Amino acid sequence: MDTVSHAVHYIFLAAAACFVMGLHLMNHPRTARRGNTLSAGAMAVAIAATAWLILGENVISTTGWLVLTSGGVLGAALGLWAAREIRMTAMPQLVSLFNAVGGGAAALIAVGDLLQTGHPAALGARVSLPGALDIVIGAVTFSGSLIAAGKLQGVVSGAPVVFPGARLLNVLLPASFVVGTVWLVLAPDSRVALYGLVAVALLFGVTMVLPIGGADMPVVISLLNAFTGSAVAMAGFVLDETALIIAGMLVSASGGILTKLMADAMNRSIANIVIGGFGTGDSTPAATGSGAPAQVRSISADDVAIQLAYASKVIFVPGYGLAAAQAQHELGDLAKVLTDHGIDVSYAVHPVAGRMPGHMNVLLAEANVPYTQLKEMDDVNPEFPQADVALVIGANDVTNPIARRPGNAISGMPILDVDQAKSVIVIKRSMGHGYAGVDNELYTDPKTGMFFADAKKGLSELKAAVGEFVG
Amino acid sequence: MNNLDLLTAITVFVLSVLVGIEVISKVPATLHTPLMSGSNSVHGIVVIGAMLIAAESHTWLGYVLAFAAMAFGAMNVVGGYVVTDRMLEMFKAKPPPEKNQSPEKNQSAEKNQKAGV
Repeated sequence: MDTVSHAVHYIFLAAAACFVMGLHLMNHPRTARRGNTLSAGAMAVAIAATAWLILGENVISTTGWLVLTSGGVLGAALGLWAAREIRMTAMPQLVSLFNAVGGGAAALIAVGDLLQTGHPAALGARVSLPGALDIVIGAVTFSGSLIAAGKLQGVVSGAPVVFPGARLLNVLLPASFVVGTVWLVLAPDSRVALYGLVAVALLFGVTMVLPIGGADMPVVISLLNAFTGSAVAMAGFVLDETALIIAGMLVSASGGILTKLMADAMNRSIANIVIGGFGTGDSTPAATGSGAPAQVRSISADDVAIQLAYASKVIFVPGYGLAAAQAQHELGDLAKVLTDHGIDVSYAVHPVAGRMPGHMNVLLAEANVPYTQLKEMDDVNPEFPQADVALVIGANDVTNPIARRPGNAISGMPILDVDQAKSVIVIKRSMGHGYAGVDNELYTDPKTGMFFADAKKGLSELKAAVGEFVG
Repeated sequence: MNNLDLLTAITVFVLSVLVGIEVISKVPATLHTPLMSGSNSVHGIVVIGAMLIAAESHTWLGYVLAFAAMAFGAMNVVGGYVVTDRMLEMFKAKPPPEKNQSPEKNQSAEKNQKAGV
């Protein structure tokens, strides 16, 4: 290694340290933004250092420079545009898209590196094995993330797509990864093995994600995030760059932890989710224990407003229905009226509320809800007995008390103890089922009032009505 | 050819996972979306690999691969950091002052409408 190369690698090490510190600063909303800026700055320096290294080596052709800068500018412009324009409700699609391009880039690097080696004999398993793994993981992530983004955006059906032979295919394709990887290690110059591996990995990404239902996407996105990280780390092995290994594995650890948290919050194993076919959407008729439909109590906006206005502690329970109705701003406005009136308001956010880990918090933050009011499940559950009113908006399964009893689809799933509140109000359009297709016992609880309305309209009405009472 | 010893590379690999687990377990659920998007931009470091591949390309196919890898990597890194910053900016301990709140919000609502994504 020459002097420039040495210097550049010390810069890479410093950048890697900054990535770790940046992620560390993410442990509090107060410092998180600084952490991201630190990480971005380190990345910019690392990219500049790479350009310096390339200049120093002086092997790049003019066309190479042209390719490098034009590709970079195009990508940066697209990324910037997407990041600026995206709606917060569409964040999961964007993260999924960034997973796709990250994994895709990692796979392309391995393909490019294996193609460039003129003397196959010089290419030992030291490069070809991580190369093959990089191609498999990267390509699976690329096509899988695109399908996941498509499902979230509604371009691809959100319902689990299961076709005859899908299960068999999902066993055969991974088996062919093993064959392809061994082949590529034994014959690194085999183009058939190289392109074959790319093709089956791309196909598997599609067949893996298609059978997974839309509401399981928080797990899928986290898992694909972990995959991308691993693919980037493998690219690090191929190129001999520790910076890629460190950054890749940091991401992989993050994705892995979030995947586990999400699966735990649904009380399902990661394998069960990935195998798919759970939940067909929203229309599954559920078999209830008792035959006759239990009675629900319907209440009006004015009744709800009186309860809210005379409460001293109110807990909001937002679910994805709130985001789907774009009603988070109305909820934030209602909360503001109550807070100004001296009422203690907080939000109980279930880990799987939304379409990716922590999604609901971002949507509420966008509606100017201070993060001090956002409470995690374990912190807020002991507070429900003291709450005068629990207002449920667009959340269903995560509030269902039957999860505490064995023998049903959501048994054992951690839930918000909404039924412990002194009074419960549910804003809902109709008596439809949740994702799991089971009846919600909370709705038939004698202390629950059902306010049948569209979330956005209902919350505006409530705000107006409460405004009159607290005037 | 290889200036990086395999054992060293694997050591870095293993320690990075452990550091990652340690650091990330401390992030509260409130910030999990920005965390994922932030870690997403960290794997944008793949753009460095794309640059190195572009530097060594001398064939037509190599240039095409390098171009795609550059575009993908740059999109990942730029988009990732910008969107994470946009999200984190919204997390405030106190609601913004009442007076100039409404026009600002209308503006952002309009912008969202226009984007229609």
